[in-house]
Amino acid sequence: MTDMTRPAHDLTGLDAIRHDYLRMTRQRQLYTGVLILVFIVLMVAGFDTADSRNAGGFWEGLNQIFDFPADVISEAIEKAANLPGHIMGALPALIETINIAAVATLIGCGFGTLFAVLGTRGLALWPALIPVFRRITDILRAIPEVVIALVLIFVMGGGPVPAMVAIALHTAGAMGKLFSEVNENVDLRPVEGLASVGANWSLRIWLGVFPQVLPNYLSYGLMRLEVNIRASAILGFVGAGGIGYELRNAMTFGQGRFDEAAAIFIVLFVTIVVVDQISSAVRHKLTHGGQ
Amino acid sequence: MLQVENVTRVFGQKRAVDNLSFSVDGPQFVGIIGRSGAGKSTFLRMMNRLTDATSGRILVDGRDILALKGAEARGWQSHCAMIFQQFNLVPRLDVASNVMHGVLNRRSTLRTMFNVWSREDILRALDILDRLGIAEQAPKRAEALSGGQQQRVAIARALMQDPQIILADEPIASLDPMNAQIVMDTLKRINVEDGRMVIANLHTLDTARQYCDRVIGMRDGRMVFDGTPAQLTTDVAREIYGADDSFNEAATSTSINRPDDSAAVAALREAASLA
Repeated sequence: MTDMTRPAHDLTGLDAIRHDYLRMTRQRQLYTGVLILVFIVLMVAGFDTADSRNAGGFWEGLNQIFDFPADVISEAIEKAANLPGHIMGALPALIETINIAAVATLIGCGFGTLFAVLGTRGLALWPALIPVFRRITDILRAIPEVVIALVLIFVMGGGPVPAMVAIALHTAGAMGKLFSEVNENVDLRPVEGLASVGANWSLRIWLGVFPQVLPNYLSYGLMRLEVNIRASAILGFVGAGGIGYELRNAMTFGQGRFDEAAAIFIVLFVTIVVVDQISSAVRHKLTHGGQ
Repeated sequence: MLQVENVTRVFGQKRAVDNLSFSVDGPQFVGIIGRSGAGKSTFLRMMNRLTDATSGRILVDGRDILALKGAEARGWQSHCAMIFQQFNLVPRLDVASNVMHGVLNRRSTLRTMFNVWSREDILRALDILDRLGIAEQAPKRAEALSGGQQQRVAIARALMQDPQIILADEPIASLDPMNAQIVMDTLKRINVEDGRMVIANLHTLDTARQYCDRVIGMRDGRMVFDGTPAQLTTDVAREIYGADDSFNEAATSTSINRPDDSAAVAALREAASLA
């Protein structure tokens, strides 16, 4: 600063402020330093524990990480001519997988929306029951999809329906949590405005809340679809059908059918990319659609 | 010192700023007035390089700042302070840290990330806050301050930058009359005492008349008036705002003083005769 003209009488005041602020920054820097130190110690200690418990050890195994991908890729390149055929062959299974994911996402998001609205302070129909709905979503989130699917497959037999139910339950729990967080940031003024003209609870939510949260809901929902396609592929490993089943067969046969595994990986990758592209285009349109 | 040459910005079909040209010599207090959407903000944002211009040049001491890219553009930004209507401070950081952000372009990124500032920077920030009369707020979070205080923190951040030019985009539009006067007085003081050029978008005529050395009127992206506050008559104001005879600036005056200066009285009389 060029000139710092200051009346003389408050110099003592400024000196006190300077002293206090400098002391505060020193203290903060000390805390930051301690935190970074704790973080590093935890990282090193945690890694050490994991490494010592591991059967093979991290460092010895490190150079073998790429062995499997290398095998798959080299075999796929060797038999590149077979790839288009394998890709076409995987398509029906892929459609089944996507179907499972799509239905599960729709049903799960529907129930998730309900749980979210009933479990958000300020919006809930029965405020006393908020903890109940919150715990329900917690439980649904806590049980892994594979566990639900295995139980259902045991009860109902293999096939896409148990997988769909398993994914839908998990999705309802996860979306209930995410949607209720979106709901918490909602502007309550339109809701109050609707209440002032005598709207009931469902109309207040439908007209006052949903228009605000729908773009966010949809964007989370589309992202969940991506996650669910992966989950539905994994459930194929435990007998739920779809592309996961084909992938397991190709991988457990080992050398000789890796070209088929590679084709399935390609199909899965392309599917995820396509879903991502579509969902980001839709999201962009939703958030900037006005202009 | 500052030459604006045929600066244009097109958004889609709309020419937000249309062929704007003017030059300023020396550290004047320049006010830009005009109704919403006239292109005032877009112009200031182009000067600060927050928005890119479609065409034209802005020369500052002979250097075209619109042509700067990357680190050079950020270097220019660090020497051309901007004050926003909504203050644009980091609400959860303390006031002094917000002020020190004024020099972050000249400090190491890693140190700034972890909020490690040198003793000189801290003392300078506190001196600036003291000069603006809010040193005792230094350790508080920015969000804990009132609007007027936050705007003074924003001015302190601008001073920390030690800029040649201070841009102020509707600096008092969200403040009550009392705080508005404090903030405008502060900007004027910086302009006079430090010799820094101030370009401020203003939305009230009485403020423009009271504080500015020069007033530029914009309408639909074009400059429609460039003159002294004295030349800014009610007729000219109607032209700038595209208003008819019912336009009466005394009705929206935000001055804390009673409207007793001649222009406002004239406007009131005119309004009375129309009624």
